[in-house]
Formats: sequence, C-alpha cells, structure tokens
Amino acid sequence: MKTAVVLLPGLNRDRDMIAALTKISGTPPVTIWQTETEIADDIDLVVVPGGFSYGDYLRCGAIAARMPVLRALKEKAERGTRVIGVCNGFQILVEAGLLPGALMRNASLKFVCREVKLEVANASTSFTSGYTQGQIIRCPVAHHDGNYVADETTLKSIEDKGQVVFRYAEGTNPNGSMNDIAGIVNEAGNVLGMMPHPENLIEAAHGGDDGRALFAAALEVAA
Amino acid sequence: MSIPNTVAITEELIAAHGLKPDEYERILELIGREPSFTELGIFSAMWNEHCSYKSSKKWLRTLPTTGPYVIHGPGENAGVVDIGDGDCVIFKMESHNHPSYIEPYQGAATGVGGILRDVFTMGARPIAAMNALRFGAPDHAKTRHLVAGVVAGVGGYGNSFGVPTVGGEVEFDARYNGNCLVNAFAAGLAKTDAIFLSEAKGVGLPVVYLGAKTGRDGVGGATMASAEFDDTIEEKRPTVQVGDPFTEKCLLEACLELMQTGAVIAIQDMGAAGLTCSAVEMGAKGDLGIELDLDKVPVREENMSAYEMMLSESQERMLMVLEPARKDEAEAIFVKWGLDFAIVGKTTDDLRFRVLHQGEEVANLPIKELGDQAPEYDRPWREPGRFSPLPATDVAEPEDYGRALLALLGSPNNSSRRWVWEQYDTLIQGNSLQIPGGDAGVVRVEGHPTKALAFSSDVTPRYVEADPFEGGKQAVAECWRNLTAVGAEPLASTDNLNFGNPERPEIMGQFVKAIEGIGEACRALGFPIVSGNVSLYNETNGEGILPTPTIGGVGLIPDWAQMAKIGTMQDGDVVLLFGGDGTHLGQSVYMRDVLGLAEGPAPEVHLGDEKRNGDFIRSLIRNGQATACHDISAGGLALALAEMSIASGLGMSIDISEAAGPAHAVLFGEDQARYVVTVPADMGNFLMVNAEGAGVPFRRLGTVGGDTFSVEGILSLDVGQLRNAHESWFPDYMEATAAEAAE
Repeated sequence: MKTAVVLLPGLNRDRDMIAALTKISGTPPVTIWQTETEIADDIDLVVVPGGFSYGDYLRCGAIAARMPVLRALKEKAERGTRVIGVCNGFQILVEAGLLPGALMRNASLKFVCREVKLEVANASTSFTSGYTQGQIIRCPVAHHDGNYVADETTLKSIEDKGQVVFRYAEGTNPNGSMNDIAGIVNEAGNVLGMMPHPENLIEAAHGGDDGRALFAAALEVAA
Repeated sequence: MSIPNTVAITEELIAAHGLKPDEYERILELIGREPSFTELGIFSAMWNEHCSYKSSKKWLRTLPTTGPYVIHGPGENAGVVDIGDGDCVIFKMESHNHPSYIEPYQGAATGVGGILRDVFTMGARPIAAMNALRFGAPDHAKTRHLVAGVVAGVGGYGNSFGVPTVGGEVEFDARYNGNCLVNAFAAGLAKTDAIFLSEAKGVGLPVVYLGAKTGRDGVGGATMASAEFDDTIEEKRPTVQVGDPFTEKCLLEACLELMQTGAVIAIQDMGAAGLTCSAVEMGAKGDLGIELDLDKVPVREENMSAYEMMLSESQERMLMVLEPARKDEAEAIFVKWGLDFAIVGKTTDDLRFRVLHQGEEVANLPIKELGDQAPEYDRPWREPGRFSPLPATDVAEPEDYGRALLALLGSPNNSSRRWVWEQYDTLIQGNSLQIPGGDAGVVRVEGHPTKALAFSSDVTPRYVEADPFEGGKQAVAECWRNLTAVGAEPLASTDNLNFGNPERPEIMGQFVKAIEGIGEACRALGFPIVSGNVSLYNETNGEGILPTPTIGGVGLIPDWAQMAKIGTMQDGDVVLLFGGDGTHLGQSVYMRDVLGLAEGPAPEVHLGDEKRNGDFIRSLIRNGQATACHDISAGGLALALAEMSIASGLGMSIDISEAAGPAHAVLFGEDQARYVVTVPADMGNFLMVNAEGAGVPFRRLGTVGGDTFSVEGILSLDVGQLRNAHESWFPDYMEATAAEAAE
C-alpha cells in the first residue's frame, strides 16, 4: 500500500506519524504540502497528523480545512481511499465536513497529556480489525480541544450505525466527550478521526505497542 | 507621524533607561558628544544587567567551561556538547522571571519561545524542554493566578511548537511572593559538522531579517528585567512580549531548511533587546561594523520610530548574514513558510553600528564598546554568616511518624506535580523514555538504535540561603545525581543564576559564594557549565528572593535498555540503601514542613563521596542489576522510599533498627550522595559485597511486596494512602481557585 501524510504549517506530530508508518509498513510515506491540489491515484491511505495547524488561532482545524489539499483529500475520500486524522487531523476532518460533530475545548479547559484506556467499540472497520470487539487498549492523549460534541440526531445516528469506533474506557475520559467518544468513522467507513495518539504507542521504547494494530490494519500489513 | 529622534536627553530620561550617572559619563567619553534618543535606547539595551552581565562577569569567568566533550561553551546562543557518532546536544537554560510576574501567560510562553530559538539558531532541532518554576507561598493572594498562568503559558507555547517537556521543578516559598521564577531549559540535537554561530564574517554582505514582523511589544523589556519591582509594577505590562508559537514552529522549519542550503554565514536570534542586541553581537563578535536601514524592516504597526524598532522585543525573529549567491533559494523557503525575509543592512569594515531611518542617520556608535566591552563591575560583597551545627538529637521527633510522612508527601513542596506536567505535552516526537515524575527526563536519540539523553534541573534554595557555598555545590551534585540515578553519564550543565539586587553586599556575597560552590562541584564531578544566564534584581520593595542558582544538566545513556526508573521494582526485590544513613536534619523539609522551623546548617556535600557513590550506582544500573533506583533528596530516605512505592504501586517492608542514630534522622535526614536501589533477591548480597569493595556505604533495608508500606516498629501505611496524600494537594489547591472565583 502507498501512504501519504498531509503537511500543513503548525502541524507537529507529522514526524511521529511518519516514523510510525515507516516502522510498521517498512516504507516511508510520501508527504503532501498544503498547497497541492491533487492527491495521486496510487495513494491508498492518507493521514492527517496532529499539531496546531495555523496555530489553532481561529478554531482548531478551521483554517486548515479550507486549504487546497483538503479539497483534494475530500475528493479522494469520496472515491473510497482510507483516511486517518489524528488529534488536529481529526479536528481538520470535522471542519472539512468529512466527519460529523465538533471538537470543543476540554471540559477542564486545560491541555491534557496522559495515557488513557480505549474500548474498541467497533472492531469491524478497516482500521480496527486488528483488535477484538470490546478490547481495552492503552493510548496516550495530548490535546486542548478534544471534547467531542454532536447534536442529538447526529449522535444517535453515529451510534446506531456503529460509527463510534473508540470510546474512553474505565473512567478515563480526559475531555468530557459525549458518550466517551474518542474516535469515529464516516458512514462509508473509510475515514477515521480520533483524538488519541496511537502513533505514540507502537514500540518498546513507548512502553507498549497497543497502537500498532490500528496502522497494521489500515496498511494491511502484519502487526 | 513618527516619534522624532530629537528628544532632549535629561537626567530623568537617563535614569529611566536604567543607566547610572557614571555609565552615562562613559557614554559621553566614548562617543565625544551627547547621544541621540535612539542611541540612548541602544546603550540602555546593551548595557543593562540582563544583556551585559556587568555585575556577574567577573565571577562567571571562574566557572569551569571546558571538558573532553565540550564543543562550544558559554558565549554562543547555547552550549554544544559532543555525544559521539557525529551528533551533538545543544542546550541552555534562561530566565523569564520579571515578565512572568507581570503577565504570567505571555511571560512564561515567550520564555519558552526564547530558549527554543537559542537552540535552533545554532542548527539544532529541539528535542526536550524543562521548566524550573518558583512561586510565592500557596496562601499568597497572587500565587494561584501565577501558577495557573505560567503553567498554561509554558504548555501553550511548548505544546504548539512541538517539543516534549520532560522535566522541571515547581516550588513554593514566601520569599518568591513578589518575584516568581520561570527558568526555561531547551535542548536540541544537531550534527557536529553543521553548527551555526553568530559571528559575522565578510565585509559588504547582506544582513537579512527573518521571521515575524516587528511591533511595539516588549519595548524596553531587557531594561525592565534589570530593575527591582515596586508598587508601579502594573504599569510595566507593555514591556512584556507576546508569543506566537505557530510562527516559531514555522521559523524552526524554515531555518533548518535554510541551513541546509549553505546560505547562512552567521545567524542570531532576536531575544532580549531585539534588533539592537542581535546586530551588535554579530558585528562585535566578527570584528565588523553593521549598517541597518530601518525602512526595510518588516513592521506590523504604523509610524514606528527608530527607537521603538531598535528596542522592540517582538518574538520569533532572527537576523543572519547571507551568502549572496543563495539569496533566491533562501527567500523561497521563507515565502513557503509564510515568513518575512528582508535584506535590512550590510556588514562593514569600520566597526561602527550605524542605523538609518527615513534618510537620516539615527545612530552611529562604536560596535565593540557596545558589545563585548560593556561596563563591568566588581561589586562589594559580604561573606555570608553560617549556622552552627545542629545535632539531630536537638531536633524534636514527630509524635506520629506515619502522620509526618503523609504530611510531607502531601505538602505543597513535596506533593506530586502531575497537575502541572499533564498540561505539558511530554510525549510528542515519540522519543520520550521517561517523563516527569522520576529522577530525570529521558529522550532517545533519533537515528541511533540505543542512545538516549537524560535531563534534570535542580537547586535547593533553602540550602543556598543557609550556606551559599554548600548550597551551590549541592545544586550541581543533585543534578549530577539525578542523571546518574537513571543510569546516565552526566556530560555538562547550564546554570540559571537567580538572585536579588547585586548592589547589596549581602546579596552579592550569596552570588559570589554560590558560584564558588558551583565551580568546585563542577570541577570535582567533571560536569562543566557550557551555557547559562544570570537574573539579578529579583526583589520587590527591597525584599529579595531566596538565592536560586538553578542547574540544568544533560547526561548520556549509551543503551536505554539499561536504564533505571523509580517505579519499576518487582515483588520480592531487596531494597538497598547506598551512601550511608541519614544524620543531618538542618534545613530539612522535615524541620520546615513538620516542625515549622528553618534552622541549622545546610547539609555538606562531600564531592569525593558523591563521585564514588554515583559511579558505583551508574555501573550497577548499566550492568542491568537494578530493578529501580531513586536518589535521596528532600525528605530523606522515607520520602524516597514512599515515592518508589507510589510509582510502582507496591509496598515495602523496611527495617532501620540496625542504623545508627535517631529514627527521625535516619528517615528524614537530607545527607547527600545517597541512593535507594531495588534489586532481585538473589542479587542483594553480591551487590553489597561489591559496594564494600568500592568503599560505598550500604545497608539492606528490606523487601518489596504487598500493598503496605511499613517501617518496622515505626509506621505502617497503605500504598493507596501514600498515593492519595501525594496526588491530591496540587489539584485540590488549584481547584480551590475555581471554586473561589465562582463565588
């Protein structure tokens, strides 16, 4: 599979993501700068990494979502290509309309960086097939605006359709997200957005590798 | 309209610029005429304490700054230390005390931004940050506001920039009520053959302005930071800069790309005293003149005067001398990152610093005298008094040892700092091997299969106050010990010397003796000072802070698989104490926080023992024999053991009945050069024999297991109780703010 990582000024977990994808797939991903208007047909997985695109000065992800590369990404996603947005990447995908809902300030109003527990709420997506349904995994979070919010209808709809794929478990919800939602997919199931950082838990040096199975599944390689 | 350059130079104006009458006389002698308004501002910016080190230089020269691994010592933007395989670590610590007290969020944020810039100006990608923070008494009216603002500011900048914060300190004391301390540390990784310096080279070459635009923020900041505070402090807010971490992140990426092109001949970040200081330093170091044309400077405000432009401390800016053949390539990189790139001047051969504005020459000054020949003082100082010895038998025992331990664990100064460091991104870059909460932060070296770097920041101000010489030694020794306790070889250090008003002989005496102690310890431990910063005038209405010479240290771990942590002990392990029993209670936290006393001498640091014991501990960690390790510092043995239990979730059965001396000294004494190590049961005797052979005092304390933390016949507590006491103070304290604010 050929993978690409989207680069926008202010993103800062791009290097973490590139390192994780390289270690798991054996091949470094290509990078796509914000001004590019097309994403090559042979790319099978596009990742929007975390950080503070444009400083998050307007609203997290709002400026990034209006850059040319996001229009290209939207078209690419509509054609069925897998897309992962992590942290700021999730916020950008939501702002770009690729995923429903919104990410508000953490309930504590503070940035939080700690390890949480995630429940795999839907193990049948192409991102979570390496886990078992209901499995509890470890994963770090590091964000200021990860409080997932959606209106009642949307919330019911994503719950009913199994679009909630990760939930904060064992009382570790770090941000006040509705229904403990940590990660969701779009209705078609090819776009994943999540606040936690699986790319920071993929090897012994990270103190665990619970995040590895996610990328392995998305990349269709052995974990 | 613009502010004209023809403001009358009055005595009041000179005093308002922080220049003493004799310094002004010197200016007149130097240039043979009255300075223009802009020139007065330039002198003020260059000759203030913050930029010129005029009170401290004489003493700083006595510090050891060289060593087998040192590539660049003090004098550059940061120190550079070789870590082998063509890599080097570049690091420095710098204060942002005054601005953080005036405007905590922006003051702390720009402190972080400034130190990061110092590191990447030299060609290094920042890989770790630390912050040593000191605040007033918890019940002082401003303290919560400052803690909340400073911590949010540190996090707000570092998290967005993308550097992991892996260590630091947070301490409270009433002596910081009027002046908080924000000491920011950053370290970066570079190749030894691609280090960039600030010394300008070549005549007639373009001087290029890079980064963000210049505004009116921070005008006169360095001069403000060189004065005491009084009741007019609120009026100083406009001297604090405003940080933009997004621009800094772009500037980092643009600079690192630029450095690859061969376009950079010399580069200097604009920190304190902005355009003035960076231009003068580059010229003075390279024995060249500099001519600046302010009409070319990118500005974000209208009608800025030459004075304002020269003294603005707007952030996220750099100045460089450009290789002209590479101009287009270099400019394209800055355009891509949305940053300014403007040729604003040139190097000259006349050693003058000339500034042009709207067709007029607004400054024409001798550059060497402005830069490296600024005034220097040998200030009078008084030998500090010393406390007479205080035998432990003269110190009261606690009525209940269990309660005393819980009180210490849950005290403002020894409770968990989780509330603070969970607001910092400790994991970004994916290389963090140890985050705050242990003895040192550890980050692996990207691109190398086994190497890692360890970082620690330390000082015990109450010791320095009681005995500046021993306290200076102790700050260095504790930093060295914390690096050793994770298995690292301490390589070099940076010092951030925070003191009161140096014009008072007793303060100058603290400074002189602390430096003497720091120098002695650095020499004995082979731990040279490669960079640093001095912050004086930390006083409000004539009351100074506790003398606080913060030491930031860097150590190398050749193989991180052989590294120790504080919370990794296993059921059945044996608990060993190395370095001797506790005996010294003077200036201990037991006396301060349990008995409410600040008496007795500071503990002495025996540097020979420190080295011997530390080398022994490091070798046993590297042999893979320790399951966990923790140094013994504030709170003594009892607190060290309790912290290991809390971190691992495992109990311990400890017996100190064979130790000489009273139990409170054994448990709470703060004698130096000591460590607790846990080892597998079958390894205990072997290591004690080894210790005996190495001349390291040792004691078998007990075993690991269960969920009870007990000291035979003295105390018995659940690990859960210990954890609750340890974890609850900080959030309870800070949440009380929100509750009070809501009322």
